[in-house]
Amino acid sequence: MPARAIAAPAASPPDDGNWVMAAKNYASTRYSELDEIDTNTVRDLQVSFTFSTGVVRGHEAAPLVVNGTMYVVTPYPNKLYALDLTKPGAPTKWTFEPRPAASAQGVACCDYVNRGPAFADGRIFINTLDAQTIAVDAETGRELWRTKLGDINKGETMTMAPLVVKGKVLVGNAGGEFGVRGWITALDAETGKIVWRAYNTGPDTDVLIGDDYKPFYDKEKGKDLGVSTWPPNAWEIGGGTVWGWISYDPELDLIYHGTGNPGPWNPEQRPGDNKWTGGIFARNPDTGQARWFYQAVPHDLYDYDGINELILLDMPWQGQPRKVLIRPERNGYLYVIDRSSGEVLAADPYFPANSTKGVDLKTGLIEYNEEKHPRVGKVVRDICPTAPGAKDWNPSAFSPKTGIVYIPHNNLCMDWESVEANYIAGTPYVGANVKMYAGPGGNRGTFTAWDPGQRRKVWELKEDLPLWSGALATAGDLVFYGTMDGWFKAVNAGSGELLWRFKTGSGIIGQPISYRGPDGRQYIAILSGVGGWAGAIVAGDLDPHDASAAKGFVNAVSDLPQRTTKGGMLYVFALPQRR
Amino acid sequence: MSSLSRNAVSLALLGVLLLAACEREERSYRGEPVGEVKPGAIVQGTLYAGAPSPPPPQRREYEGNAYHVSEGKRLFEWFNCSGCHAHGGGDIGPPLMDEVWIYGGELENIAATIVEGRPNGMPSFRNKIPDQQLWQIAAYVRSMQREVRKDVAPGRDDHMAVTPGEQNQPVTPPKPGGVASPSSEGRGP
Ligand code: HEC
Repeated sequence: MPARAIAAPAASPPDDGNWVMAAKNYASTRYSELDEIDTNTVRDLQVSFTFSTGVVRGHEAAPLVVNGTMYVVTPYPNKLYALDLTKPGAPTKWTFEPRPAASAQGVACCDYVNRGPAFADGRIFINTLDAQTIAVDAETGRELWRTKLGDINKGETMTMAPLVVKGKVLVGNAGGEFGVRGWITALDAETGKIVWRAYNTGPDTDVLIGDDYKPFYDKEKGKDLGVSTWPPNAWEIGGGTVWGWISYDPELDLIYHGTGNPGPWNPEQRPGDNKWTGGIFARNPDTGQARWFYQAVPHDLYDYDGINELILLDMPWQGQPRKVLIRPERNGYLYVIDRSSGEVLAADPYFPANSTKGVDLKTGLIEYNEEKHPRVGKVVRDICPTAPGAKDWNPSAFSPKTGIVYIPHNNLCMDWESVEANYIAGTPYVGANVKMYAGPGGNRGTFTAWDPGQRRKVWELKEDLPLWSGALATAGDLVFYGTMDGWFKAVNAGSGELLWRFKTGSGIIGQPISYRGPDGRQYIAILSGVGGWAGAIVAGDLDPHDASAAKGFVNAVSDLPQRTTKGGMLYVFALPQRR
Repeated sequence: MSSLSRNAVSLALLGVLLLAACEREERSYRGEPVGEVKPGAIVQGTLYAGAPSPPPPQRREYEGNAYHVSEGKRLFEWFNCSGCHAHGGGDIGPPLMDEVWIYGGELENIAATIVEGRPNGMPSFRNKIPDQQLWQIAAYVRSMQREVRKDVAPGRDDHMAVTPGEQNQPVTPPKPGGVASPSSEGRGP
């Protein structure tokens, strides 16, 4: 038994220097085994090349690197670039323009982002804002197939990074703020044909709940809960989208994915637990059949989507080896869950939440704070965390060297007023006025190093602005992340000490990666380009005179237009070449 | 205080309020019916072949009337404009309280935007909003940037105060040159 947490071995093969999926591997560690850039050499890190994407909206994607070619996908219009890393300056090899429908911009809740492509078997897969999945030939950029999966007139978009498992491309929809019905779909990687689709609301036959379904907690058991935990027909427009991360354990042969918030945000319009929103599913990748489910936020009150990353670790737990998944949840708790059974082993606060009072590990139930319960016609003040959560989509990293999870996240609180939401297809279905501001301490972001075995914070860095970028950990004992005013930082993985930083052209909300170039050297890459929900004030030129702009986020970052400007640019760094 | 005298006081108060309202302006509770916005009524640019033709008369009627503007405010929420534009500061759609207009900031431009939709994600409300309500909404949108008289613009909100209220907004007339060509890549000037 390992003395401390390690990445699930079957889901984290030895690093070959490529970066073929946004999360690095199926265990979603975002850890690079390259160590040429380390705590001593990092001070010399310098720009190797840059590339302008020509798009100015929020760049949330992770670049990919496969055998000497880098792939970059932009926010809408979702251009896909292949850059030739074997040539000086990495010139463009080809550009693929999927030309998604312009109207899709009107139904993207939080800027027109895209979280990255995926690579498998000579193909690159991307999702487009207008809900298509497209496969292109990685060598030539030729389109191989495209499959339309959703309808923008119902508010369906796609922003997540696909995950390819056993010849199937796994993708899900976005649109939890538009009253869409959430789903995850598997497409045949060869043909683009739909193999299965699982909805996250509605009858068991649609949710793919059958004989294999064995949840740990009683609260997740019962027939057609996706119907009976809603007012009549409300599940048809109830959300539960899959716009975040999927992990895969080849040994247990299970995929893990979260489900988004129920709609509308106004909870009074949907009495009940609102299954299967705000939770985690384990499913069979071949059939989509559910194995277990755990609902972190039954009858969600605050838009606490359950779509964050799921890091698969093997670790000793009270003397026993356990296969777990780690989930820094939007509600402010870091969950350690047995990934074979769905049992919650720990749910510890990594953020001072006052919207809830804790999680009962026996029942798996979260206790809401009655004082902070939203009601129509009442403004509830000082709710922490906010709608984007203690942490939103931007993924953490895990280093097996330190056993620590590195979590970039928000430190924000909010005022909330529920209002009656009126469902008009293709327009938002929200029903809340929200106004956010800095949380306790006044800093709006925090970078937290968390030891899941010790169940405690090891160190933290306070950031003035909310943190909306992902994290990268490396074998050089470094952790990389970016800030919304454009600083790209390297800190000591053990202590959090700032060792190096570089100011990029725009705010950073992307996902850093590390790869070995064709010349054998280690590189670090990041997309700069502010936007997303947090940066909508800059990306969309929003007006801070309205505290409710961008669903209340503008109020928390009204100074951002003075701190950064928009513009998408790739930055790639390396140590100076030795002669 | 007896209930009788309390009623008398309330009546007197009501009278004062009514008088004040009368002094403020004459309210017509029903605007004249107007036809659907015809392309002919809409001018997108500021160049005219020959002399400019006078703007259609709806403008004065709707923009000069507090009832229409406050109805417009209610309808702005009702038709879920606020879902995409928040309370004027913008969200998915651009801000409407600033001086920047992609498709023109005159009443007719705004009405046309609502009816026809716009290519980068503004849905068309054709046949969804009755004509009079359409002009009321358009007049309200103009009040967000205080392009209507102060006494016509709505005051403080009843719900959570997220803006200072249209009455208290600075006047921000549309700027010539503030019009950006529609493109996916940024709406700013
Ligand atoms: C589904 C989201 C959505 C809804 C609902 C919506 N809008 Fe829009 N609106 C947009 C987007 C996106 C644009 C920008 C379109 C473009 O650039 O082509 C826009 C543009 C506009 C413009 C033009 C702004 C300019 O600078 O020229 C006006 C005016 C407007 N909307 C008013 C309204 C009103 C009034 C309503 C309610 C009747 C409404 N919108 C409902 C998304 C929406």
